Amino acid sequence: MAILIYGLVNSIILILAALGFSLTFGLSKVANFAHGGLYLFAGFAAWLLHKRLDLPYSVAILVSIVLTSLLGALIYRFILQRVRGIELAEVIATFAVGVAIIETFRSLGFVTFEFNLSPFVKGGTRILGVAIDYQRLFIIGVGLLLAILLWVFTHHTKIGLALRGIAQDEHTALTLGIESDWAAMLSVAIGSALTAVAALTILPLGIISIDLGYEVLLIAVAVSVLGGLESTAGLVVGGLILGYSRVIAADVLGTQWQTVVYLVAIVLVLAIRPSGLFGKFKELEERV
Amino acid sequence: MSAAYRKERLDRGIKARSDDIFALASYRELLYLIGPRAALIGGLLIFPLLRDIIGLVWLNVMLTACSIALLALSWDLLASVGLVSLGQAMFFGVGGYIAGYLNDAYRVPPLLTIPIATVLGALVCTAILYPVLRLRGIYFALITLTLPLLFQRLIEATKILGGTEGLSALDPLPETTVVVYIAIAAVLITLFGFRRLINSDYGLVLKGIRDNDRSVIAAGINISWYKAQAVFLAALPGTFAGALLTHQLQFVGILAFTANYSILPLASTMIGGVGTFAGAMLGALTLVPISELFRGFGTWRVVFYSVILVIFIVGLPEGIFHYVQRQYHQFERRAPLAGDK
Repeated sequence: MAILIYGLVNSIILILAALGFSLTFGLSKVANFAHGGLYLFAGFAAWLLHKRLDLPYSVAILVSIVLTSLLGALIYRFILQRVRGIELAEVIATFAVGVAIIETFRSLGFVTFEFNLSPFVKGGTRILGVAIDYQRLFIIGVGLLLAILLWVFTHHTKIGLALRGIAQDEHTALTLGIESDWAAMLSVAIGSALTAVAALTILPLGIISIDLGYEVLLIAVAVSVLGGLESTAGLVVGGLILGYSRVIAADVLGTQWQTVVYLVAIVLVLAIRPSGLFGKFKELEERV
Repeated sequence: MSAAYRKERLDRGIKARSDDIFALASYRELLYLIGPRAALIGGLLIFPLLRDIIGLVWLNVMLTACSIALLALSWDLLASVGLVSLGQAMFFGVGGYIAGYLNDAYRVPPLLTIPIATVLGALVCTAILYPVLRLRGIYFALITLTLPLLFQRLIEATKILGGTEGLSALDPLPETTVVVYIAIAAVLITLFGFRRLINSDYGLVLKGIRDNDRSVIAAGINISWYKAQAVFLAALPGTFAGALLTHQLQFVGILAFTANYSILPLASTMIGGVGTFAGAMLGALTLVPISELFRGFGTWRVVFYSVILVIFIVGLPEGIFHYVQRQYHQFERRAPLAGDK
């Protein structure tokens, strides 16, 4: 029973952590490898605003989400826009930005145990005999809500459809009056905001550790690759598979096998079926 | 308007002449061709002799710079086939671990472990990458990013090959000066070998695969086989660097798979210029000493590399070497706009 419930919590955490990355890629084909950096930025920004500037917790969270989204937009405007279309340069540039953000925090000394966000709701309860705290329940709620909202946004609103148009065929989208730079900047900003939401709901479970920045990027890549890089359903299924296999691996083999699960998943999926379980990209685009 | 002119760029006369057989006509033209190459080789060969002036520390820095240069050259060859690697550390780590294991378990002397690790390691890497060679662009990059991390975690989790502690007390190499010379020789051989390779007909096929793989298939060429060969060739310098440094440090651990060995070669190639091999090497030989100067700044160094990398990708995507090469072969002048009197 514990495996069932903690597997679910774990899966939702993975889905949340991957959401921003996957959304940005699905909407504008920008692989934002600064994902981990943005995740940490959101956490530390909220911490600084709350603990140093004495803002109320809720205000700090909102401001931090806005700031992260602005940072994402700036990264797009000043770096990505200039190398747009050269996939390799996009990947390296965003990865370098992410590393720069993460290592800046490390160099500034954000490495001790005092850096933690408090849970929104203290305490816990028991479900079917398994102890679980409210924060984890809250995460499940936020995760499900965001996944549904996103699906509605990308499939049933004008902006969402316009953004997906860019991802499918940029030139055709241009002829229909969708400005690709504006749309891509928006998608990076939305993706960053989602990353911030994920960071602020997940981080209260533990301390904000620097290496989370790299781990989150790995999680995002694993989940998105497994489910297919642009599909919302794939994201959910990929998250569930990874979340459960991670909990089972930790239970059966030991905790040091947890990360191996992601890595093996990435390698196997890419080797066998690079579009992922639900991907719809044409086969020839990714391999010959 | 003040800007009623345009800049035009012309080949220098000496370049036009020495492109042809006339290079044999004068010492000046010969020097023009040989000069830069001789300066590089001479500079590298003299460097270790200055040991007493510069100190042992800088000799070790040179050794690191050479291993990064080898990995960068390897990256550049892979990139010429259209395979973008984010995990050069895999080559380094596989070479290092094979040499370390042979020496640790069977006490094979370094004179044998290094060649064996180089060839066997390259074969192992090719075998590992073979199933994913069909992947293109970002998908191949993702898998190479993952593989070194996977090896690291597997060694940690299964505790084989010394686990997190690594293999230590390996046989040392002779004096550092000799090791540096071996590394320099390896860099030079790889550099000129790869440059020659990529200009041959064989290299033409490789570049064809990068530019348009489907048309190469249409020409009846088995591109998987060519890609596998290219991976093998590219892995050789990487595994060699790993094996050499393992014996120099007398230790190999999971740090051999660390992202440093992936990011530094990548940054060097980006800064130096992609596709010329010389750029990759020059990038490594400048970046590593610079980062050594900033040693006191600790983790700020990583921030520094990343920022430099971003600046180069956005501001000077062609890299230093292409720029220098152009200045050497060509000159710029102001020319009146067409129609201006």
